[in-house]
Amino acid sequence: MKTKHILKIRSLFASIDGNDILRDLNLDVKQGEVHAIMGPNGSGKSTLAHVLIGNKDYIVTSGEIEYEGHDLLSLSAHERACKGIFMAFQYPIDIPGVSNMQFLKTAVNSLRKYRGLDELNAIDFIPHVKAKVKKIGGDEKLLHRAVNEGFSGGEKKRNEILQMLVLEPKLAILDETDSGLDIDALRVVAEGVNAYRSDTLKDQKGALIIITHYQRLLNYIKPDYVHIFMNGRIVQSAGPELAHELEAKGYKAWAA
Amino acid sequence: MTAHAQNLERFVGGEYQHGFVTDIEEDSIKPGLSEEVVRLISAKKNEPEFMLEWRLKAYRHWLTLEVPTWSMVHYSPIDYDAIVYYAAPKKSSANDSGNRPESLEDVDPIILQTYAKLGIPLHEQALLAGVKGATVAVDAVFDSVSVATTFKEELAKVGIIFCPFSEAVQKHPELIKKYLGTVVSYTDNFYAALNATVFSDGSFCYIPKGVRCPMELSTYFRINAANTGQFERTLIIADEGSYVSYLEGCTAPMRDEHQLHAAVVELITLDDAEIKYSTVQNWYPGDKEGKGGIYNFVTKRGSCRGARSKISWTQVETGSAITWKYPSVILKGDDSVGEFYSVALTNNYQQADTGTKMIHIGKNTSSTILSKGISAGHGANTYRGLVRMGKRAVNARNHSQCDSLLLGDKSSAHTFPYIEAKHASVKVEHEATTSKISDEQLLYCVQRGIPEEDAISMIITGFCKQVFRKLPMEFAVEAQALMEVSLEGCIG
Repeated sequence: MKTKHILKIRSLFASIDGNDILRDLNLDVKQGEVHAIMGPNGSGKSTLAHVLIGNKDYIVTSGEIEYEGHDLLSLSAHERACKGIFMAFQYPIDIPGVSNMQFLKTAVNSLRKYRGLDELNAIDFIPHVKAKVKKIGGDEKLLHRAVNEGFSGGEKKRNEILQMLVLEPKLAILDETDSGLDIDALRVVAEGVNAYRSDTLKDQKGALIIITHYQRLLNYIKPDYVHIFMNGRIVQSAGPELAHELEAKGYKAWAA
Repeated sequence: MTAHAQNLERFVGGEYQHGFVTDIEEDSIKPGLSEEVVRLISAKKNEPEFMLEWRLKAYRHWLTLEVPTWSMVHYSPIDYDAIVYYAAPKKSSANDSGNRPESLEDVDPIILQTYAKLGIPLHEQALLAGVKGATVAVDAVFDSVSVATTFKEELAKVGIIFCPFSEAVQKHPELIKKYLGTVVSYTDNFYAALNATVFSDGSFCYIPKGVRCPMELSTYFRINAANTGQFERTLIIADEGSYVSYLEGCTAPMRDEHQLHAAVVELITLDDAEIKYSTVQNWYPGDKEGKGGIYNFVTKRGSCRGARSKISWTQVETGSAITWKYPSVILKGDDSVGEFYSVALTNNYQQADTGTKMIHIGKNTSSTILSKGISAGHGANTYRGLVRMGKRAVNARNHSQCDSLLLGDKSSAHTFPYIEAKHASVKVEHEATTSKISDEQLLYCVQRGIPEEDAISMIITGFCKQVFRKLPMEFAVEAQALMEVSLEGCIG
């Protein structure tokens, strides 16, 4: 059976504040695949993530994106989220006074409402969330803290992964989730991602895009494809072995 | 305008939902103020001589005062000769002796309907039969008079006096004589003097020694008549070791003219007593252009006279064209505690200059101030607070936190903390923050599937949470709903 496209990006150009960042980007992501996008600072990796989620600060100047066979660019950020696109933010923001539990429940029920499903009550919802907290090796106390408020860098990233596990997206994008993490935190995050991969990715036939500088996260999460990103486009794509080559040679070997 | 800004705009453009007028015959006097009017009001209430004397002294003092101008609020001068100082529904004050309907059955059904429409049921039967565990006794004030007080008998069983002020003057003159004006004197300020001169009703409450009031007590103020000022007075006395939780709610019809509400609230706690006073103020705020709305110039003050006593003010201010009030606590008794928790929301052209005064006199007294200001539209929000530690206030402590949240780019927030410390052992802390709902926060919520309007509501509720937590349960729900009405245009 032929696997379907989740994402098809063709000749994409995008800018922010009048600066062209993405220049003729092409990418295909199919069901069940894990893609790693690696590249130096400023190469446009995060721009791609923000363009995909519909952040209006990023302007698509030309090109096309198809998501599950439909035009993505005409959808609002909210519609994209409701259709299953999720991004783990590089810099997750605080929401003082709103508990993680309340935030997650509001998010889950908003998604369900959009999809025409009944809202979950606390009795159904709480065990679902608690099971996910276990998968990231977290303490349930985490659920009663305000969203990201007073969280350490590692806790914030772990919280992003928790949200991903709870919301069960079809296309998850990790925007430098590994940056700033120590080895232990990195392992915890990777375990969470692998749980998503084994639980959700297969059932929903979803896909995962990992944006990172370093190869180290890929020791824990083995990608199907590795893409090297330079100056707003992919300059080389190959299997996981490419990440090792990159680690050995450095980005300068690809700089034109 | 960005889509975010448009959403904010729609979100904060909620309509006032209590703006209807009750069509009822009112007994009112002609506009303007004079000794004759003061005598007339006193006569209508059939007051004893000492009350009339007190009113006349207040009036003569008021004549010597100038309108205060130190606040951050701006409005055209009020014509005090154009205000009607007394208006009462005819049927509820059928005789001029100040007698009121004896039971709820005698209250004009139109008035009962008005309160029902406002969500304030005055039928005890309905309340008793209700599923809610907690009941609330209500004193309903309609323009210048109290029209109904519920659960009076229930409360009388434990010795609690809860009745309209005018009735207390008749039945408990000794308590009125002893306590009236002892916290807020008629010489206190311009509006307190005016109130003492013309106030016509309000609520009176006395909790005897050692009694814990078995239910929430509340006063619901409604201004109905046009061109009328509402000047009510609330006096609550918690005797030694007693406790009471008191709620106050207010609404008014939508009218093009501004209306003046100049109330006085006096709280007194004796040794080991506690009063928790909560307000959800939703006076008509005026329309989107700032036309009409209530001027809410209120003097609220509590006196912790006894050792280890406690007074706690919690207020949610969403209405009024102008809010100008500083619920304060005089911490006289040693080890007494004062608290002030406030959420003030200003939208469109609303102005609020509010805060508190904590006057520490006794030893080991402590106070907490938590103020949350939200400004939307052209709204202007000012926190003004005074923490004074007197010479004898050994080891007194205060912690103040003032947070402001701005929505849109035309609103404003100001913070004026005044601190005076006259003893070296005291400790005063002040924290202040100003923030906006950022595009990043909204993107974050929207990316998780939460619609932008829900996200705004969630962020604001989160901002107010510490204060909402201090409200009694039923009120917390009402307050949150009120915030949404005041802020939302079209959720869903």
